[in-house]
Amino acid sequence: MIGLSHYLIISAALFSLGIMAVMTRKNAVNVLMGVELILNSANLNLVAFSRYAWMNLDGQLYAVFVIVIAAAEAAVGLAIVLSMYRLLKSVNLDKADTLKG
Amino acid sequence: MDTNILTQIVFYFFAAMTVLSAVVVVFSKNLIHSAFALLFTFFGVAALYVFLGADFLAATQMVIYVGGILVLLIFGVMLTHKIAEMQLKSETFQFWPGLALVSVVFLGLVFVMLKTTWHSAVVQEMKPTTAAIGELFMTDYILPFEVASVFLLIALIGAAMIVRRRSQ
Repeated sequence: MIGLSHYLIISAALFSLGIMAVMTRKNAVNVLMGVELILNSANLNLVAFSRYAWMNLDGQLYAVFVIVIAAAEAAVGLAIVLSMYRLLKSVNLDKADTLKG
Repeated sequence: MDTNILTQIVFYFFAAMTVLSAVVVVFSKNLIHSAFALLFTFFGVAALYVFLGADFLAATQMVIYVGGILVLLIFGVMLTHKIAEMQLKSETFQFWPGLALVSVVFLGLVFVMLKTTWHSAVVQEMKPTTAAIGELFMTDYILPFEVASVFLLIALIGAAMIVRRRSQ
């Protein structure tokens, strides 16, 4: 029988992999992919709790708002990556150290 | 009983597809491989939404993530790398400490999730959710709905402002 814990473990795996991408990748686009993985894991949790723990659709509505924020984040994040590429001719995050003391 | 086992097989197939393609996203050396593996992750999550009875969200996931965000990310890869030179390598930074920390985080999360006794309701049978979601957006969630629309407009204008070429 498929229960709540199955979805929670998948979601924990997606979250950990997203954190891994954000922490260890040097490429800015790859870091954005990691952020998308983290938001997807949060969504999966919300929808799973909406089905197994609550009796209503609130979790699904929160998930819709998370998708809205993910879309905005991807658009603004890629705009920043593109202007960084124009400025530094690279999307390597190690190169963006102008503010380093 | 027969359909129950079939359901479980399909569930485990999509769960494995989601997690394994996410592993490819994170550990692949080639950026294009990561982008295409992300397609399968988003698709697997949409399939899991179907298992959870969230038909509207599954369709939204397909349209917005696969049709929108993923295309945007691939545009980002294409515009910031010279495809002809095939320099699509993505380097890593402090790989092994990161892997150790993430393993600890994952095991801790799974431990807590399995130890906690979650509040559980009687699982209802699946029914179409689109009409109910639309009704909730227009009644209880009208303010967040309007704020989200303004927020999207701001993000759109902001993204266009950031990438615009400044005239000297």
